Amino acid sequence: MIRPFGIDEILFIVAAVQWTLALSAIAFAGGAIGGLVVALARVSQVRALRYLALGYVRLFQGTPLLMQLFLVYFGLNIFGAGINPWLAASLALTLHASAFLGEIWRGCIEAVPSGQSEASWALGLGYVDRMKSIVLPQAAKIAVAPTVGFLVQLIKGTSLASIIGFVELTRAGQIINNATFVPFKVFGLVAILYFVLCWPLSLLARWMERRFAVATRR
Amino acid sequence: MSNTSPEGRADSAHMPAVTMEGVEKYYGTFHALKHIDLTVARGEKIVVCGPSGSGKSTLIRCVNQLEAVQEGRIVVDGIELTAGPKNVEQVRRDVGMVFQQFNLFPHMTVLRNCMLALMKVRGIARDEAEATARRFLERVKIPEQAEKYPAQLSGGQQQRVAIARALCMNPKIMLFDEPTSALDPEMVKEVLDTMIDLAREGMTMMVVTHEMGFARQVADRVIFMDRGEIVEIAGPTEFFGNPRHERTRTFLGQITGH
Repeated sequence: MIRPFGIDEILFIVAAVQWTLALSAIAFAGGAIGGLVVALARVSQVRALRYLALGYVRLFQGTPLLMQLFLVYFGLNIFGAGINPWLAASLALTLHASAFLGEIWRGCIEAVPSGQSEASWALGLGYVDRMKSIVLPQAAKIAVAPTVGFLVQLIKGTSLASIIGFVELTRAGQIINNATFVPFKVFGLVAILYFVLCWPLSLLARWMERRFAVATRR
Repeated sequence: MSNTSPEGRADSAHMPAVTMEGVEKYYGTFHALKHIDLTVARGEKIVVCGPSGSGKSTLIRCVNQLEAVQEGRIVVDGIELTAGPKNVEQVRRDVGMVFQQFNLFPHMTVLRNCMLALMKVRGIARDEAEATARRFLERVKIPEQAEKYPAQLSGGQQQRVAIARALCMNPKIMLFDEPTSALDPEMVKEVLDTMIDLAREGMTMMVVTHEMGFARQVADRVIFMDRGEIVEIAGPTEFFGNPRHERTRTFLGQITGH
């Protein structure tokens, strides 16, 4: 029997937005921690750390997110964690975000003039104080706009978690479509919901980028 | 100041402030410093001059290891710099540096710029650090700018903040790397006056500069460098009045003879 595409079906899809947001939030929070570690390793004085972090970044930038999801999903099963879409999607997206945010933030750290580190060294500041008080606060200002930009990519990236059975916005759309067979309407609604999530963030990123450009011009 | 001396630190009163022996420095294949032997006495004011690319900045940047050297020994205040990272940290605490581009921390007020290292490196409490910072801002004659951010100050004021920031740490030696080269001409004097005051108080100073008036007035010895070598070292009267080397004469002719 073919169900009509009515108000209940629409609400089911809209409600799934919360899982897209939850997964995005987890991946972003985890990616922020991992990204900071990757960024600091990439600019480390220790050569082994630099190469390790570079390898990690290259691996995740050089493979599709979908493959990363599959590998984590099936990998967790091999290591006895069972079939768990929540865990797999969270972990895979966190690893993915760590690599990308790490690379974005490395660039921001390197954009802080070297004179800032030299002044810190000359004053006798150690590594932790130099990073915490001098370099990272200045890098953070530069990082805000591209970070929000990446968040938009991440939110859209969560749609791939539908393939491993994680019921978020896209998966909810598939479920409803399988019952109603009005794919254009269903996925049209799904697309609009993604747009409503992402567009304001894009605007925010652009606004922050422009504000930063004005701030650095003087 | 406490006297927790590292091993082998002799009676500090009779020790040179800086000793460099057989120092060689390369950037890749470029030989930036060629066999540098130099001793700087306590309280001595050294002015280093020379054409650009002569290694004069590199020379003073070796004293606090902003540049690592490949060969030779550098001993600062009795601590052998070339013998490991612990020593480097210790030397940096006691050597102040002023840069051409000021290198103030733009996200902090002038006061915070001066307090930071006192609190983080010396472990001094906030109130005391603030009192020290205000005292040195007073000394460089800009106490009223304490709450401003560096970008709100003129170049000359920023450089005086940079001097105050370094002095807060109570350094035994001050390094100046072309401190007036990035300044508008009308601001050069206020910075030089601050440095002259400091010299009168007996600070050990190594100054890279093209300000030959300053060199005449303040320097105990002037060093002329060219192509990574120390070509000539002499007192200012002899250096400017009767330079021995052809290269020194050429250089002096270029910067003074218009």
